[in-house]
Amino acid sequence: MKAWSPIVSTALFVCLAALPAHALDVGQSVPDIELPGATVAPRLAALKGKVVYVDFWASWCGPCRQSFPWMNDMQQKYGAQGLQVVAVNVDAKRGDADQFLTEVPARFALAFDPKGDAARRVGVKAMPTALLIGADGKIVKVHQGFREQDRAELEALLVAALSSAKAQP
Amino acid sequence: MKRLALAACAFVVAALSGCSLFKPPQPWEKGQLARPEMTMSADPLDERFVQHIYSSKESASGGYGVGGGGCGCN
Repeated sequence: MKAWSPIVSTALFVCLAALPAHALDVGQSVPDIELPGATVAPRLAALKGKVVYVDFWASWCGPCRQSFPWMNDMQQKYGAQGLQVVAVNVDAKRGDADQFLTEVPARFALAFDPKGDAARRVGVKAMPTALLIGADGKIVKVHQGFREQDRAELEALLVAALSSAKAQP
Repeated sequence: MKRLALAACAFVVAALSGCSLFKPPQPWEKGQLARPEMTMSADPLDERFVQHIYSSKESASGGYGVGGGGCGCN
């Protein structure tokens, strides 16, 4: 019996280690994700009090290309009201991201996560994945993909988050 | 006896984990897979046509390239 216990515990360990990490969900507090190379803040916690739209993108992802003009619009329209768009690049090679940015200009904060640490903590399941984080640090929306017809719905969510942030400063 | 137990432990690890120790690429690691030369056919329009027929016949879609297989944007 005693000889079996290490074998059983090894089996248990393997089974538990194989469990996937859970993705973040609506209503949860967002962890203090590091934003390497970010132009606005080194960590997500530094942006608390603002409504933050964190978008994970890559140069090879088609819908990401579509989302950039929309994020530019949103940052321009609502930046003064306390919205901060942070686009986290997950390209393995920085050169690919820079090439993309010359083609599709970004007028919002950028961060670079070539190893995917931030993406792993958030539990990104598709590219792009965006988190809308309220001023209280709670996740309002996890959005996967980006289509032109998503614009109105996402903007409405942004506006709602901004107005609820204003109601309880 | 100790050696036997160790061997048994190693066997349990190998048997239970199987190929799951080799993790598939995460969504953000699919840069190479997204390259045009990684698709099965050379012509995107032809591939789209074939997939359209396939999905209506089989009522299944996705899994071909990154566009249809990960970003929720058929």
